[in-house]
Amino acid sequence: MFFDDFSSFLAMGGHGLYVWLSYSLAAVIVAINFISPVLTRKKIIKDIERQLRREQK
Amino acid sequence: MWTRLKRLYHKMGSPKWFYEITTRWSKWFMAVGSILMLTGVVWGLAFAPADYLQGNSFRIIYIHVPASLLSQSAYIMMAVAGLVGLVWNMKMSFVVGKVIAPIGASLAILSLLTGAIWGKPTWGTWWVWDARLTSMLILLFLYFGVIAIYNAIENDEMANKAAAVLSIVGSINIPVIKYSVEWWNTLHQSATITLTKKPTMAPEMFIPLMLTILGFYCWFAVWVFARTRNEILFKERKTNWVKKLLQNGHKKTTGAQL
Repeated sequence: MFFDDFSSFLAMGGHGLYVWLSYSLAAVIVAINFISPVLTRKKIIKDIERQLRREQK
Repeated sequence: MWTRLKRLYHKMGSPKWFYEITTRWSKWFMAVGSILMLTGVVWGLAFAPADYLQGNSFRIIYIHVPASLLSQSAYIMMAVAGLVGLVWNMKMSFVVGKVIAPIGASLAILSLLTGAIWGKPTWGTWWVWDARLTSMLILLFLYFGVIAIYNAIENDEMANKAAAVLSIVGSINIPVIKYSVEWWNTLHQSATITLTKKPTMAPEMFIPLMLTILGFYCWFAVWVFARTRNEILFKERKTNWVKKLLQNGHKKTTGAQL
């Protein structure tokens, strides 16, 4: 470990705001890229199933 | 060799084959990518030494460089996909090009934002209109252009062609980004990693960077595959294999299938 303790890890030698803001943004953009196709998939499947049920009637 | 490549190409053109094979591949890309990212980020944040000039703000590199690299590689992939689509009229290729655009845009945004945040403590400013930063902003707008084409043009074939042409023409911007730090005076530091020279960074800083770069590429593959499978599902919704797929207990896989 490069840092002596947890609070100095958070502080990043005074650059904590910049470092943690960057990593938070990365987390958000990564999360969007993972979640968005799953939501789209659910919606597409729901639409196809609705269409299939309509055809069966 | 040539016949095998040709066979692979024809298989790739089949939506059903693409759907099935990438479902299997995604699991591996997801697992490997996650291990690489976790190791790289923990190493880079907590164990790598601080930069003697920039202090700890340099740790932004483990996000900024992979995002920048990947947003450019993604653009090249999108342009190549468009070219293959135009030349051989390969539908699957257009689909891949289409789904890369929003992912590439998100990575260009991440690159620009982390660059700005890194710039503040390092250069004393969030933004300068220099060659590197401006050409990266143009990259983002090119992605927006491709997305806008798909939103604006209803006709699939027209949209594919227009988007492919914009992708191909816009790829002239990629070498501009790459060489901008050499051609013009810029605040931006020159390339951290090159294929030809030994890294100038210490290995304990450099290895985690390689890990996060590779990790981002693996995750990128997962994202492209997931979006492409969505496009396939929708386009092939009337076919029997999709109907069968949905009947055969898709419930199990709905959430898990990224």
